Amino acid sequence: MQLTNRSKQVSNKEMTLAEKMYLPAIVGGLAITISHFFRKKPTIQYPEVKKYLGPIYRGHHILKRDEQGRERCTACGLCAVACPAEAISMVAAEREKGEESLYREEKYAAVYEINMLRCIFCGLCEEACPKQAVYLRHDLMVPVFMERDDVIYGKDKLVEKMDDRYIRIANAEVQATPTEPSLTRAAT
Amino acid sequence: MDLTVLLVKGIIILVIFGITLLIATYSTYAERKVAAFLQDRLGPNRAGPWGLLQPIADAGKMFFKEDFIPSQSSKWLFILGPCLAMLTALMSSAVIPFGDSIRFGDYSVPVQGIEINIGVLYIFGVVSLGVYGVMVGGWASNNKFSLLGAIRAASQNISYEIALGLSMIAILMMTGSLSVRAIVDQQAGFFEWNIFTQPVGFIIFLTCSFAECNRTPFDLPECETELVGGYHTEYSSMKLGFYLFAEYINMFVSSAFISSLYFGGFHYPFMNEIGTALENSLGAITGHNVATALGVITFFGKIFFFIFFFMWVRWTLPRFRYDQLMNLGWKTFIPLSILNVVITGAGLLYDFKYATWLIVIVTVVVVMVSSARAPKQAVIPQSV
Repeated sequence: MQLTNRSKQVSNKEMTLAEKMYLPAIVGGLAITISHFFRKKPTIQYPEVKKYLGPIYRGHHILKRDEQGRERCTACGLCAVACPAEAISMVAAEREKGEESLYREEKYAAVYEINMLRCIFCGLCEEACPKQAVYLRHDLMVPVFMERDDVIYGKDKLVEKMDDRYIRIANAEVQATPTEPSLTRAAT
Repeated sequence: MDLTVLLVKGIIILVIFGITLLIATYSTYAERKVAAFLQDRLGPNRAGPWGLLQPIADAGKMFFKEDFIPSQSSKWLFILGPCLAMLTALMSSAVIPFGDSIRFGDYSVPVQGIEINIGVLYIFGVVSLGVYGVMVGGWASNNKFSLLGAIRAASQNISYEIALGLSMIAILMMTGSLSVRAIVDQQAGFFEWNIFTQPVGFIIFLTCSFAECNRTPFDLPECETELVGGYHTEYSSMKLGFYLFAEYINMFVSSAFISSLYFGGFHYPFMNEIGTALENSLGAITGHNVATALGVITFFGKIFFFIFFFMWVRWTLPRFRYDQLMNLGWKTFIPLSILNVVITGAGLLYDFKYATWLIVIVTVVVVMVSSARAPKQAVIPQSV
């Protein structure tokens, strides 16, 4: 099998005198390395410059609300079952009277926690979710942890804010850093 | 020598010392930058503008690390090792002529630590002492890997020093002096630079100075994959720093030595014309000093090129295998340098300076003939 088009057949043949002199080969090698010296560097200066990760990147989790601001999650537990890393845990509760504007279904997640140290960002939770409540954001990475207590993400960090609604844009034209709110905010 | 001259000499020695340290410090930075650029990376660019404060950060790190001495080591020798390496590295820059001379009043002081008529001999003496730093350090660590690294370093240095000295002999024959300044002065004209009269000697000398500096492809003394870390496996903190620093000083000194032996030192083309023009326009003293400064700048340009070349080669060539290294040293370089001496001697007999080109021409012809007659290798198509 040929992996690259630059592979060469290896042989144990006797070196010719010119090859034994090494010098032509050394000069050739020096020419190759010096041509790299003047090449444009592909480095991205990460914290200052961020690359657009693409519309299917799996980053920070989010628990969606619907158009009226109601949480979609019904605490069915399918995401937790689907999770191969067992990072998701939740406690279900029944919707009381007067909470119809908060939760869409009669059952909701009173506690919804993701252990970010365990999460492998496989995206099986969003595939398992029947209510389209959990998504992995394509534009936001999970920030660096400073404390051990910070790694359990509760509903305070997961449920989306209505003034910064997450929509998935499949736009290859986007070149700027995608963490800008303007790129992710809904058109409304 | 009266007090003023002594004072100026003292200042020159201090300045050379300072410059040596500064260049060695920034060689560590330049090495990382060059390495990065040759590998399509950017290198250090966080500490200060363009990462220029990186050597200072590194030095700070070196000082604050734990200074560990193994319990089974020979303690005083363990401390002596890096000291020796550093001492020998710093001593050798004393005889290198960095420029013509500074004139002030009635005095004319050469820009050189000390002008002695055995300069080359002095450098060789100090360089051969440099093996002790590595050897003592590797032995005192009481570690098999360190000892192996030190033995490899010592035998490599000794082997290549013979070829180094023999390739020098040809130059000494042509100059008739052991003084580095005399050798440099003899190369005043551009086509009298020893690179043009001694091409074979230059290649041998260059390769051997790579080996003497323990630089790639001759960096067998320090090899992580074979020897854990080589002769400085047990060293930590500033002791390790001294070893690495001594290597960079050696690199600077040998660059200076190569450029003064083969590339005319502080000479540059049309130097005399420019010097005369400067003396006519600025006056004898100022003009001469400005011309000297130009020469010093030229010399440092050459030195920086060779330091860059050391790094360039480092990121091009892989390390030698040890038997290949020894074969190259003993079976190729020593006979070749003896041949070089013989041919140079024959050339001097008939008053023809460029005789050693004969070796180059004969080699090229032999190579071309043999590669033309070599059986063509049948290319076996790769199985898909």
